[in-house]
This record gives sequence, structure tokens and C-alpha cells, in this order.
Amino acid sequence: MSIRINKDECIGCGKCQQVCPGSLIKIGDDNKAYIKYPKDCWGCTSCIKECPVDALRFYLGADIGGKGSSLYTQKRGDILKWIVVKFDGSRIITDINTKESNKY
Amino acid sequence: MKDERNKGDMGAVRIKTDILIIGGGTAGCYAALTIAENSDKKVIVCEKAHIKRSGCLAAGVNALNAYITEGKVPQDYVDYAKKDAANIVREDLLLTMSERLNSVTEKLEQLGLVILKDENGKYVTRGDRNLKINGENIKPILAKAVQESKNVTVLNRVCIIAFSVEDNRIRGAFGIGIEDNTFYILDADAVIVATGGAAGLYKPNNPGFSRHKMWYPPFNTGAGYAMGIRAGAEMTTFEMRFIALRCKDTIAPTGTLAQGVGAKQINSLGEVYEQKYGLTTSERVYGTVNENREGRGPCYLRTVGISPEQDESLKKAYLNMAPSQTLKWIESGKNPSEQNVEIEGTEPYIVGGHTASGYWVDTNRATTIKGLYAAGDVAGGCPQKYVTGALAEGEIAALAALDFIKDNHAERIDESDIRYHIDEVFGFLLREKQLFDTEQLEEAMQTVMDSYAGGIKTNYCYTEQQLDIADEKIKTLQKLSRYMKADDLQEVMYIYELRERLTVCRSVIAHLRARKETRWHSFAENLDYPEKDDQNFLKYVNSRMENGEIKIIFRDLVKGGSNYEHTDQ
Repeated sequence: MSIRINKDECIGCGKCQQVCPGSLIKIGDDNKAYIKYPKDCWGCTSCIKECPVDALRFYLGADIGGKGSSLYTQKRGDILKWIVVKFDGSRIITDINTKESNKY
Repeated sequence: MKDERNKGDMGAVRIKTDILIIGGGTAGCYAALTIAENSDKKVIVCEKAHIKRSGCLAAGVNALNAYITEGKVPQDYVDYAKKDAANIVREDLLLTMSERLNSVTEKLEQLGLVILKDENGKYVTRGDRNLKINGENIKPILAKAVQESKNVTVLNRVCIIAFSVEDNRIRGAFGIGIEDNTFYILDADAVIVATGGAAGLYKPNNPGFSRHKMWYPPFNTGAGYAMGIRAGAEMTTFEMRFIALRCKDTIAPTGTLAQGVGAKQINSLGEVYEQKYGLTTSERVYGTVNENREGRGPCYLRTVGISPEQDESLKKAYLNMAPSQTLKWIESGKNPSEQNVEIEGTEPYIVGGHTASGYWVDTNRATTIKGLYAAGDVAGGCPQKYVTGALAEGEIAALAALDFIKDNHAERIDESDIRYHIDEVFGFLLREKQLFDTEQLEEAMQTVMDSYAGGIKTNYCYTEQQLDIADEKIKTLQKLSRYMKADDLQEVMYIYELRERLTVCRSVIAHLRARKETRWHSFAENLDYPEKDDQNFLKYVNSRMENGEIKIIFRDLVKGGSNYEHTDQ
């Protein structure tokens, strides 16, 4: 499990680098973010939530059941949208109202 | 000042503060807030990552697990934790924590945490001690409050590598700035250590690509324990390891399934087995291990048959704390109502917020080193803290440190101490060859602990002979860890983290060896002494490093109703 950063989308704002609790993300000479230590990712998704241009994706490694889907988020007011892009390109979107408590 | 031998221009800065807080996680942030609200003293918070998402709360948390619900009193919480730990707790610490659980919860709500309330405005409870929340953003909420506090300076990406202690009095600490390439000398009248517990001592569940998909933050390396051990602080109960029962592969929490939708633990035959073993935290792990060992694995939480509405709520709840589990359900093409969730025990951790390992503190959370306070997962004797307990301890330690510095001022850190630590850092930067890198030595350490100190490989069991082998091998790795090189300060940080873990491993081994009984299945399963021995071991196993060797100290239990004070250092 780790993250992928799409260099074509990345605008080099550095927000993901700043927030990573493992200091794993760096900004390269091309002014784009990259993950320097991919195996050290805890999977907290903090970086994904920071990205203003949806350039980051979270995915499960094959060793823990990953099959090619990836996950990113979009914040729309109080709504945090969790978007799973499956291997076939289809999307599953879950909206969570950040002002509402969990049911469980 | 610059060092003439520099490589990569490492600079140095020296800062004086009233109180230094090491670690900007749950407890550290709350300690900073407490000081800011109760004084005009200067505070520095050193955080090796960035306080917005660092520590245990990075992904969020699904519930507040420690709250005194209506009709209950703080003593009920003490009794619960005492029973779960088979009496090896400090009741004075549990009670002082429990008395503050509800006030810190209200404070969290004021800061912006969403807590579920009923139509009468009362918190909705889950079980006897839990509140339902939306905790996805709990850490950013805390961090924002800290950043807005007057007199609080946050040094992000500054990793503390050692305390400065002279004649058992702390004077401050040394740190390395991994982004600004700077050596920090931090003088302080009091220090609060809040660096969390230790992950990564044992080989993890998924040792390959997903090696860091673990229960506890992999970035919590036991730094606070190790710095204290090296400085001669007394430690307690490192033999009460914590092993979490988790969803297989994703290592996501199981409480939401067990308590949220009432899912029972079942074996491969579909039998509910939890009653056979008991319901304490360690018994739940042990039961699962034993069902597997006796051929009735795998084990599951029974979710088949829950409603489609519950499916959706569960998937949302996991997105708010462990998104990998929701992704796993989607990847498998089946909802929890269509397949039971397989469970497994994690590798062991040392973590004082769940079990009782950590600094031996008095009721004020003062350690045995004068001027040094401990809060959260580094503080021992007080298990089942969870989020609110860590906040409560941050508050207690902060108020005690404020009181202490009224008439106690530390001398400046000695030049020779500064020189020693700068030289050590330069030593790593200037060395050109090494035998092994940190990754290889970390893997070797985890293999040793897994095989000889009760890891997953041996179903958490060990013998004295195995522990002796473990200690010899860890000592060898400690020697090898002196000869390492680094290209930048982040790599230097990795060397210190490795050395911290090795130091903690040696204490864990010594404590496991000292408790010649099996008081908690799985957490400390001593095959040479498979029974509980109340005659001889209703005691704390404590330790202190003296001349490089770990000295074990047995202490009598602190009875309920009395407050413990340090008297015999």
C-alpha cells in the first residue's frame, strides 16, 4: 500500500510534502512531488486530502489484496468526496458530510 | 555558528525556552495548549514531521474510547483498566486521568470536533465508555489550535536525538532539522516528552511492500523511551506488550465491527469462540491465536447478514479512520454483509496508551529525571488512555511542569555535551563506508525479535533460552549500528531511529525475562512459566540503565487511594 503521484497533474505546491507524517514526499528538481520512500507509507491518506489538483492516488499493494483500484478525495464545502477509480475505469463515489458523526 | 568540517553546510542554532515539548502528537499538542491557556511561558514543540497530521491520529479516529458515560464515575474506568491488565496498573495515574476525560472531551468539541448528540443535546454513547464522533479531522483541529496559541513555537521537521541531562536534572535536548539542515540546541527549564510508543520492533504482519501497513504509526520508533533509558530514567512494565486484534491485511480496527454492528468472533467452523477465552484485550488475541493453532482457523468477525444500510455506514466509518479497509471491500467486490471479515493479531508493540509500558512517573507525570515529564504513550502505568486519556495526561504534565519552573531553572547545556552530539551527527555524515544500511539492520532486528522474543512466528511465545539468544543478537546489532553513514540529516534520523529501537528491544527482552510467569496471554506468554503467579508477581517490573547494563527493580503495587511520589532515586 502506498501512493502514486501523477507528475502531469502535479503543480509543485508542496502541500503533500508538508503534511506527510513520515517525511516521505519530496519535491524534485523538476518542481514536482515524488514519494522517495514508497514502502514506508503508512496509508494515512493525509497527502491525498491536501492535493488541490487530484494528482495523488492511494492504492493497496498486491500483498494485501490490491487489484488496481485507487482512491482520492475532493473537498466540496462540508462534503468530503471519496472517489475510488477501479481498474476498469469505473468510479465509486462516497460522500461524507464532515459535520455528521459516524453511525458506528 | 558553522562547523569547519561541514558536509552539506549543516548549521547550528541555539534556542532557550521555558518548556520544551518533544513530539507534537495528541498529548504534546494538548500540553502546549494547556500551557498557553494557563500562563505566558514560552513553549517550543519539536515535531519530527508536521503537527497537522503527525502521530497516531493521522488518518483520523472513529470514536472516543475513553469517556465517563452517564451513571458511571471515574473509579469505574479505573476498575475496568485494572481488570484488563490483571492488576498491573497504577491506580493513582488511572484515576487522575479518568477525572479529566470528560472535560478534555468538551474542549475537543469546542475546538471543532463533531460528536454525536441526541435530541436533548447529550452525547450518544457506544457501549459503556465510548462516544461516536467524526474524527477524520481531529488532528488538524488540534494542530490549528496549537498554531494559533500565543507563545507557542512549533518546530516542524526537527527530530530530537538526545536529552541533555546533568546530575539527573534535564537541561534541554538536541535535535536535527531534516529540512533546514540544522543542528538544534534547545535549553529549557522543563521538558515534556510525548513522542509516543514504539512500532517496528518486531517483524510486521506484511513484511514486504506493505511493511508499514501496521496498527501503530510506523514513525513512532520509541525515541522517548530510548532517550530516557540512556539518560538513566526508570521505566516500567515493558513486558506488557500490546498486540492488536485487527482486520487481516489492512490491519484496520475491529472495534467498529464488534461494537458498531455487534459482529462476534467466530472460527472456521462458525463457532463463536470468545467466551471460551475471556474478554480482556489480551484474551481476545490469545483466543484467536489458539483457534488457529488448534486447526480451527481462519477466524473472522461475523458480518454476514448485516443490512445494506449497515454496509454503507461501515464503509463510511472506515473511510474516516482506515480508508484501506473500505478500499479492500471494494477491491474484493463484496460488502461486509456478503463476507465475514478475517482477523489476525498484529506484531507486538510497546505503547503506554494501550498497555502500561513507559516511564515510571509520579501522579504529576514527573519522571525520575528532575524536570522531565511524560505524557501519552511514553508514560507508563496507565493503560487504556486512548485519545482522551492522552489529552488528559498532556494537561496534567503541562500544569505540573508550569508549577515546577516557578522555582526551578535549569543551567545552560554544557559545551562538552553539545560538542559530543554534534560530533556524533558529523560522524555519520562524514563516514564514507558502512557494512550495512539502516534497512538491513532494521530487518535483522525484526527477525531476531520475531524468532526469539515472542513475535508472530512463535505465536507470541518465548522461553528464557530464546530471550538470551535475542539479547545477544540485539547487542551485536547495536555494535554494528555504530558504523553507519548518512548522506543527509533525514538519513541520520533513520540511524537514530534504528538505535532507539534497538535500545527499546533490549529493555523489552530484559523485562520479559524478569516476569517469570504468564499474567497476560500473548502479551507476555512465557513458556517456562505458563501460569499466573500472584504470590510473587503482583508487582511492577521496572528497570534502569546503569553503566550500560539494564538493572531490574521490582516494586510493590501502588494501592488505590494513595498517590505515588518519587522518594528513592
